Amino acid sequence: MEIPYTIETRPDTGLTNPKLGIWLFLASEVMLFGSLFSSYVLLRTGAETWPVQSSILNVPLATLNTIILISSSVTMVLSWAALMMNDFAKYRLYMGLTFLAGVGFLVVKAFEYGAKFAHVPPLLPSTNNFIAIYFLLTGLHGLHVVGGMVVNGYLWGPGSKMWRTEPAKFTNRVEVAGLYWHFVDLVWIFLFPVLYLL
Amino acid sequence: MAHTAHSTAHDAHDIHAHVRRYYQVFGALMLLTGITVAVSYLHMPVIPAVIVALTIASFKAALVAAVFMHLKGEKQIIYWSLYLTAVFFVLLFALPMWTEGDHIIGTRPDEWSAGAEAPHMPKGSPAPH
Repeated sequence: MEIPYTIETRPDTGLTNPKLGIWLFLASEVMLFGSLFSSYVLLRTGAETWPVQSSILNVPLATLNTIILISSSVTMVLSWAALMMNDFAKYRLYMGLTFLAGVGFLVVKAFEYGAKFAHVPPLLPSTNNFIAIYFLLTGLHGLHVVGGMVVNGYLWGPGSKMWRTEPAKFTNRVEVAGLYWHFVDLVWIFLFPVLYLL
Repeated sequence: MAHTAHSTAHDAHDIHAHVRRYYQVFGALMLLTGITVAVSYLHMPVIPAVIVALTIASFKAALVAAVFMHLKGEKQIIYWSLYLTAVFFVLLFALPMWTEGDHIIGTRPDEWSAGAEAPHMPKGSPAPH
């Protein structure tokens, strides 16, 4: 059965169904990350001592990842703008760059995790509450990056065939994928200072 | 253009204006990231450091949401969904703080933190931490 209102807007909401759907999904994601941020605040404020986070974590690498993720948000929105201007070649370029930025983010993160495991003694989730919540928050965020990359990779590759047959529907798909990707960026914007700098 | 959902709101001229705005916001986000990192090297006390860092982060998040996610000028139903989310988000933070606030601000009775049983707790219950 065809999902209704994927191109034209619903008269009652004034939105397409996928757009309303993704915003409601993102609202649930706010609560997911919010519960973990809340746990972090409670753990930290309730602890008698708390490690100096910036002395344990790698601030330059995290700054690099922040730059990568913000840049990927720009390329993502530019890929949508390219479709709006009927420039499919540019869309492929920007969406490809977005995907590569996701790869870059995960590679940097792998170096960061590797350094924690190689540390003597190893810094593991069992080490202390801070390391535990660091791995939990960044790991969950990393999984969200992977999920976004799967969708972006599909829309760059096999999924882009839809542009030839249903360009409006394809453009909306890219917009919805973009909303998710920007949210992943948005979460990192808070994770970066909270975990690495404070 | 074939994009019926968008073409009414965005003609080619609009899109070019949007693209310019995306680059401006990108520049602002990079600048704010630099400021966030620079401020962290000032080694301010925790409370002012948290306020500064979260204020900058909130401003960056607002830019991303308003411009990249096109929240600016979005339909009312999305705003209302987000208002509701914000209420629950605040509750999510407020309720645990409410129950643990005395511990955090240091007004919990000393004997609790010394390991004695809380007055209202049954005998043998572990002391709160």
